[in-house]
Amino acid sequence: MLAAIGADSVEEFYADIPDSIRLHRPLNLPDPLRSEAELVRHMDRLLSRNKPAELSFLGAGCYQHHVPAVVEEIGNRSEFLTAYAGEPYEDHGRFQALWEYQSLMGELLELDVVNVPTYDGFQAAGTALRMAGRATGRRRVLVVGPVDPDKLSKIVDFVRPDHDVEVLDGTHDGWQAADLVVGADVAAVYIEAPNYHGVLDAALPSLAERAHAVGALFVVGCNPISLGVVASPASYGADIVCGDIQPLGIRMSFGGGNAGFIATRDEERLVREFPSRLFGVVPTVVEGEYGFGDVFYDRTSFALREEGKEWVGTAAALNGIMAGVYLALMGPRGMREIGETILALTAYAQERLAAVPGVSAPNAGLVSFADFVVRFTGSRTAAEINALLLERGIQGGKVLSDSDALFCVTEIHAREDVDRLAAVLEEIAK
Amino acid sequence: MRVGLVVNPVAGVGGRVGLKGSDGAEVQERAFALGAVPRAAGRATLALAELRARRPDSVVLTVAGAMGEEAARAAGFAPEVVFAPGEPTSAADTVAAARALAPQVDLLLFAGGDGTARDVLEAVGDTLPVLGIPTGVKMHSAVFAVNPRAAGEVAATFSRVREAEVVDRVEGSPQLFGYLRVPDVPARVQQRKTGSSSVTPDAVSGIAAELRSYLAPGELLVLGPGTTTRAVAAVWGVDVPVLGVNVVDGSTLVAADASADQLLELVAGAPARIALTPIGGQGFLLGRGNQQLAPEVLRAVGLDRLHVVATEAKVVALGGRPLLVDTGDDALDRAFPRYVRVVVGWRRTILYPVNERQS
Amino acid sequence: MSSSVSHGPVSPADARVAPKPGLRRFHQARWDEPLIFELTSPGERGVGVPVTSLPVPSLPAGLARVAAPGLPEMSQPHVLRHYMRLSQETLGVDLNVDVGQGTCTMKYSPKVNDSFVRDARIAELHPLQDEGSVQGVLEILYRLEGLLKEISGMDRVSLQPASGSSAIYANVSMIRAYHASRGDGELRDEIITTQFSHPTNAAAPKTAGYRVITLMPDADGYPDIEALRAAVGPRTAALLITNPEDTGIFNPRIEEFVRLVHEVGGLCCYDQANANGILGITRARDAGFDLCHFNLHKTFSTPHMCGGPAAGASAVTSALAPFLPRPTVEFDGSRYFFDDDRPESIGKIRPFYGVVPNLVRAYAWIMALGGPGLREVAETAVLNNNYLISKVLEIKGVSLPYAQGRRRVEQARYSWEKLNADTGVHSEEIGYRVADFGTHYWTSHHPYLVPEPMTLEPTESYSQADLDEYAAILAEVAREAYEEPEAVRGAPHNGPIHRMRDASLEDPGTWAVTWRAYRRKVG
Repeated sequence: MLAAIGADSVEEFYADIPDSIRLHRPLNLPDPLRSEAELVRHMDRLLSRNKPAELSFLGAGCYQHHVPAVVEEIGNRSEFLTAYAGEPYEDHGRFQALWEYQSLMGELLELDVVNVPTYDGFQAAGTALRMAGRATGRRRVLVVGPVDPDKLSKIVDFVRPDHDVEVLDGTHDGWQAADLVVGADVAAVYIEAPNYHGVLDAALPSLAERAHAVGALFVVGCNPISLGVVASPASYGADIVCGDIQPLGIRMSFGGGNAGFIATRDEERLVREFPSRLFGVVPTVVEGEYGFGDVFYDRTSFALREEGKEWVGTAAALNGIMAGVYLALMGPRGMREIGETILALTAYAQERLAAVPGVSAPNAGLVSFADFVVRFTGSRTAAEINALLLERGIQGGKVLSDSDALFCVTEIHAREDVDRLAAVLEEIAK
Repeated sequence: MRVGLVVNPVAGVGGRVGLKGSDGAEVQERAFALGAVPRAAGRATLALAELRARRPDSVVLTVAGAMGEEAARAAGFAPEVVFAPGEPTSAADTVAAARALAPQVDLLLFAGGDGTARDVLEAVGDTLPVLGIPTGVKMHSAVFAVNPRAAGEVAATFSRVREAEVVDRVEGSPQLFGYLRVPDVPARVQQRKTGSSSVTPDAVSGIAAELRSYLAPGELLVLGPGTTTRAVAAVWGVDVPVLGVNVVDGSTLVAADASADQLLELVAGAPARIALTPIGGQGFLLGRGNQQLAPEVLRAVGLDRLHVVATEAKVVALGGRPLLVDTGDDALDRAFPRYVRVVVGWRRTILYPVNERQS
Repeated sequence: MSSSVSHGPVSPADARVAPKPGLRRFHQARWDEPLIFELTSPGERGVGVPVTSLPVPSLPAGLARVAAPGLPEMSQPHVLRHYMRLSQETLGVDLNVDVGQGTCTMKYSPKVNDSFVRDARIAELHPLQDEGSVQGVLEILYRLEGLLKEISGMDRVSLQPASGSSAIYANVSMIRAYHASRGDGELRDEIITTQFSHPTNAAAPKTAGYRVITLMPDADGYPDIEALRAAVGPRTAALLITNPEDTGIFNPRIEEFVRLVHEVGGLCCYDQANANGILGITRARDAGFDLCHFNLHKTFSTPHMCGGPAAGASAVTSALAPFLPRPTVEFDGSRYFFDDDRPESIGKIRPFYGVVPNLVRAYAWIMALGGPGLREVAETAVLNNNYLISKVLEIKGVSLPYAQGRRRVEQARYSWEKLNADTGVHSEEIGYRVADFGTHYWTSHHPYLVPEPMTLEPTESYSQADLDEYAAILAEVAREAYEEPEAVRGAPHNGPIHRMRDASLEDPGTWAVTWRAYRRKVG
């Protein structure tokens, strides 16, 4: 090959790299594991020190759900796994699968525009709020809590150049979302359904009205797996809906399975603010063929304040395809059933655990979905309780404070799992 | 789709034989004496062949003989001849032919150079879309397709129209004569990579917002001529004449088509900034079509308060050629920085080289 | 089983199998697959769900779903078949000589690495599990950071970013935090980048509120150092630069670029998206950079998955380490643990700790190669690139603008400008036709500084025969453009679909992002 190029050595190709910045030694890395067998042995040694929990009550943004085998089968297809940025012709299947994902999500969300997935739900929330800011030309953003502090950290960092974020979280001071007053300088009111603590706030519909009364946009973060039974945010007035599709057939993978969605009505003023790709269906020159391509690619903000339109990059497309497969397998009945099962189990868990001495469920009077707060009123802190649970083979919830932890149940839990947890708490939560 | 065609049969004959342009019977005679071969007709044929390949249903209206009919027939069209020129043909024939064609066509193609573009501008102004088929000598106007085939393709596929400058050399120095409406083909929708970012939309709203952020309350903004500056004014709700130098204060028109004296008076009375856009294609910033921005005016405002604005597409189209300044005041030309920050969008600039007057 | 049919005597000529044709007679699957909504069959379903006898609480007013979502009702095999067909209508790396997606580093991703992430001991881990139960994955993250520290020369690496662009944004946030900590965050509001760096180097700082100054290439295609001199000043926060740039040209004055920015108190941030050709040859630290980032899905082989999940790594010097996204992974000599108590941290870039499956894949890939192996990767990739350049430049109508006579490193941006002027055929159209032969290519980011562009990046994964085949396909399509342009203009002929009428994608009255919108607008 060198002869064909007319070069004496590979060194010639590096002529532009000055000697002063060359690394004049081999990289100091471990000896290579040259055979597949050695690599597998090495990795197996590492993986053997991981123990998936036998019984876990963790949620808080990453959820244990059953992943149907067909979702994995499709997600592992080498064509989908290794494709990237082909044209709508040679990658027709990729485009159709992603357009169908958008469409399936559209049915669930009752909205006409859904993006190709963005990185994760944190990014989706940050982007949705900037979209609202650009669409309204206003600075203030009201975030109605409780919101995951990690998510809030991302939102604040992301919208900082153009927006002031005011967080209203009544978890500790008795403030209620129903008390919210929205001023005319507000770009967006952001609230989650369910919120970080799993609660579906009864004030959601009235918040939409209050935001709209002053021309603010109502942005709702939601858990899409709840929507077979919980009303879509669009139905009670959300202008932009965002969230994470990890619950829809994506494995937890130590937090590596998250992927974000953003959805709006099909109004140009909102569509133009999407920084992400949107695929659309089009005819081809052959009757009866569907093609798919980028919609409204040169989206330009004509708002008076033209802030950064962010960037488009590699995000989380395959998770979108997999979520689409999941929704197709589940169908309308599957989504209703899974929603009902989780609602029922969440209510039962709060009731059952609150009956344990030294344990209460502060939100038991409200409707919660999957996540719920457990308060330990005995002598032990939430962290100490978790340590004792672990000794008994149970992974407790996410510790929120000395007294509180965020537990979670999904369709993979049975009533007996909750009873077992309650029985152990009877012993240790005094 | 009805397309008009006017060919300037002698356009470009000077190029091959080292003459600048082909204006005037004397130059043409010398060129032919030196062995020049007319190329405009052949290039027009290429353009029309491309048009026919893409839009076989196109109807061509043109001028008898060498001014279009021959080229159209060579491309396979059976053209409708609507005008017969004199012999020998002249600029007056170009003007008259363009006038005759304009009411009957959706698009007027002309094969020629800057002189021909001027004739077409005089004949039709901004009444219909016009596109130049380049005939080979270096042209200053921005109304030409990049090559003859591209002219045919644009004619077949355009979906919107933009304004572009007509520039011609007068006594060796390029001057701005006005604007023609030329067809615009948006970037093809496909060939998008997942990793592509559309960093700067090709729009002036961001440029307008950025410019406005520089203006302190009460400051005047002097807008040079050009499509970008005019569009900036339009974003602010101000309509300004396209060829003049205009003054706004951020949202209202203070002076339209101002003279150098008016400008001096205005900038003496209030702090001011200047926004200029290079003339498309050639990159002239000062000294071509904006002489109202006299050296005294520029000094009074200060070069540090002079802002260059352009869409990113326009900067890229300069192909790396530097921006040019020729204020007529050598000391002032030399005082320009070697690089200026061209505002291409909200919070976005491209650092671009500036040269003094080109030889 | 039928017995073979007798044909009588057979001559050796009858039995001779002729060699394959010079170019593949490729045809992609064409299933005419309906939209999934058209496959619905009421009453069918694809998967069962646990149902409970426990009472379902009633939802607050307005929060109960009224109409069931309009999802299709399909049996499991029908769902599977639909998506299997769509996968067949997709051209992944595993199927083709995928050297045409320049800047994307479409290398082979070893299958064994996928097996590690499908293992329940990764896939079934919850990120908030007790640290004692996840020591293995924490060790992988810790060790991967160590490997990337050596590869970049930097002091600390965050593996949290979701992609290269996400890592650039993290780096910009750290740049902001660094200057703020020194009291001149307000003053330093400008970030400098170059036209041939990845567009996110301009877009991310702009999103973060910075003013962005772009340097154009000089006549040779190198970033213009005189322009940089004019750009730097007390307002300079940082320089964000790719090297080699997307043209494949390495900027030989990079040290001087870094020095000029450092002299005014700015930081230098290295976009290593094109690092594949310089692994073990030169490092960010060696050129004096303060931050850099890697795209693990490019340089370190994790598959591209139709456009992600990807993974990014942000690497910094110790001066910037306090600002790293939280948490970091630490080791106390016996246990790996998260350090979330980092008061100066920029906070979270992504939920939890990053795209862990891709981090595991990247770790395994590096461990299989070691130091000399990484250098071999770089040298092979660069050899392949220059070999392909020599083959492509033999084709009529193509050129390689800029830096004439200089070698390219990791990729090359070619121009079909001459072919376009000669034939009217565009680079995009050549790309569509190339797909009829079972491969493809990408043009360039917009705006096209190089006219009629084509960006090729062979990586180390392809053999000389693979590259010969790719160049032969380009040569054939170029020949068609000159001799039978209709064959190119009508392409694709052998794909799942034909040329789209895509003008409707730009019109709010006709675009349809979802089935709902399509039904409403088109019927």
